[in-house]
Amino acid sequence: MQKSALILAIAPLILTMTACSGNSGQTANTSDRWDTVKNRGKLICGVSGEVPGFSFVGTGGKYSGIDVDVCRAVAAAVFDNPDAVEFRNLNAKERFTALQTGEVDVLSRNTSWTLSRDTSVGLEFAPVVFYDGQAIMVNKNSGIKSIANLKNKAICVQTGTTTEQNLADQMRKRGITYKPVVFEDVNITFATYAEGRCQGITADRSALVARRTTLPKPEDNVILDEVISSEPLAPAVAQGNPKLANTVKWAVFSLIKAEELNINSQNVGQFANNNDPDIKRFLGTEGNLGQGLGLTNDFAARIVKHVGNYGEIYNRNLGPKTKLNLERGENKLWKQGGLLYSPPFR
Amino acid sequence: MINSKPPIWRDRRFWLIATQLIAVFLAVIVVTIIWGNLIRNLQQLGIQFGFDFLKQQASFDIGETIINYNPTDTYSRALWVGLINSLRIAVMGIFLTTIVGITAGIARLSDNWLVRKIALVYVEIFRNTPLLLQLLFWYFAVFLSFPQRENQISVLGFAGLSQNGLELPWFNLSPEFSALLLGLVFYTGAFIAEIVRGGIQSVPKGQWEAARSLGLKPRLVMRLVVFPQALRVIIPPLTSQYLNLTKNSSLAIAIGYPDIYFVASTTFNQTGKAVEVMLLIMLTYLTLSLTISIVMNLFNRTVQISER
Repeated sequence: MQKSALILAIAPLILTMTACSGNSGQTANTSDRWDTVKNRGKLICGVSGEVPGFSFVGTGGKYSGIDVDVCRAVAAAVFDNPDAVEFRNLNAKERFTALQTGEVDVLSRNTSWTLSRDTSVGLEFAPVVFYDGQAIMVNKNSGIKSIANLKNKAICVQTGTTTEQNLADQMRKRGITYKPVVFEDVNITFATYAEGRCQGITADRSALVARRTTLPKPEDNVILDEVISSEPLAPAVAQGNPKLANTVKWAVFSLIKAEELNINSQNVGQFANNNDPDIKRFLGTEGNLGQGLGLTNDFAARIVKHVGNYGEIYNRNLGPKTKLNLERGENKLWKQGGLLYSPPFR
Repeated sequence: MINSKPPIWRDRRFWLIATQLIAVFLAVIVVTIIWGNLIRNLQQLGIQFGFDFLKQQASFDIGETIINYNPTDTYSRALWVGLINSLRIAVMGIFLTTIVGITAGIARLSDNWLVRKIALVYVEIFRNTPLLLQLLFWYFAVFLSFPQRENQISVLGFAGLSQNGLELPWFNLSPEFSALLLGLVFYTGAFIAEIVRGGIQSVPKGQWEAARSLGLKPRLVMRLVVFPQALRVIIPPLTSQYLNLTKNSSLAIAIGYPDIYFVASTTFNQTGKAVEVMLLIMLTYLTLSLTISIVMNLFNRTVQISER
């Protein structure tokens, strides 16, 4: 009687112990996450799933958006298959832990690159895929024309974002008192604003434009011109995985470089016999740049073939033919006056 | 030949102590392994374990505070604000839910058919739907459906109901606070009603009959004879409900009331100190729960039959 009780008491302890030691072998050794991804045969990518144009689950469960396409580009580079990606929806609060604990390989979820996230949170950022800025949206009929008019008003904010701190900074700087009404869930944040509880709502400008399309009366809401912060949105991997970090980094650069070279998903085949050494190196017909990443030399060609170049991705998800119709602005190539620039492929 | 001392492994007392020691030993090993694993993994990510972040500037604002708070204050101050907000909900919630629960519990046994059925419907609806759903209902369907602040509904001439919550001349209850309070009170109240009903029904019929034969009016029978005896059965499960209410108040995060869990979540998100913040949250709720338990146990002792 007593012995069986003892065994009952000990069994779960032993199980936990073995489970833990198994786990520690997997996560604590020095091997790069890249090998895990490669062996698994697919990439696990953390996205929001809630922001049209960035990552959104459409009818039929198909993911679309610029963040989603970044994941697909990585998968195309590694597996020659843009669909070798499993998407995980993460909210703002879950995202970093999911990356730290290895639940996802890559975080591609409109996340601002900040110093503290790069250091104390243990993230390794890839290049910026979208230059954004925080803004405030109000109801057209509210008479609010600028941030100064928001004195003593309630402003809806989503927690776990840099947004919350930027808003506090901005209001402190201007000496404006306001009441933050803060939620964890992005849907509830916008629903509360839609109900009229808040006179304003703040988020990244792109997110406001995107979410406005899902409000009951989109045309009744205006986004104030004042941009209160710069939000460079970039994908990230967990620190200590240089191979995976390099792959994500150069997948993003490939998208930019392809647009620069005027190579897109339609015409990539015609460049196969091109004589430009820059293009040859980029497409892997000359040199062995891919090897340095542990990939095939034509990794960039695979990306362009399957996912397109940056311009194609932008137009497909955010461009004038979409509901969002976002001005490309600083997200143009450097040649056209924007901020996008790829280091040389050599 | 007579060896009165059996071998030590046949001694019951030996095993009593030995199993305890083994359990402690195993627990220590497990914790050490988990801890080592954690620190190793954190190191690999370049993250330092420690509570220094509490002294850093929080830089986020909190919508509802009783004590002074600015975004320039520290994370520890922010957490303190959250704790006070939690206590505010817990204390008011426990007080109101007791009233609602006892009223509904007694009403369930009323002689009046309508009162009895209303209490039954209330208990069944609130007990059998998820609390989160109820909170969202109170918030969106009740409070946010009130008119804008400018056209607020006047209640009794001095109070006003609007999307801005309940406004009284001397203070204002935000819709987030009000929705959370009502949600918790009516949800927990339904459980307490059942506990009260069970407690009353556990009092032997003879006690009712004896009290009535003394000529006591029905109300006095309940107040002086039945209810004090029912309390002995009621208080232990009632304590659980108070604990539930306190812990469930962390669902505040769903409807934007800045309680301790909410502020801690924000802190964890801004600093990335997941483990440290989780430890703090666990410690806080453990302290709250133990405090409630101790107070209720002391109270329980006073209503028990004192045996000579």
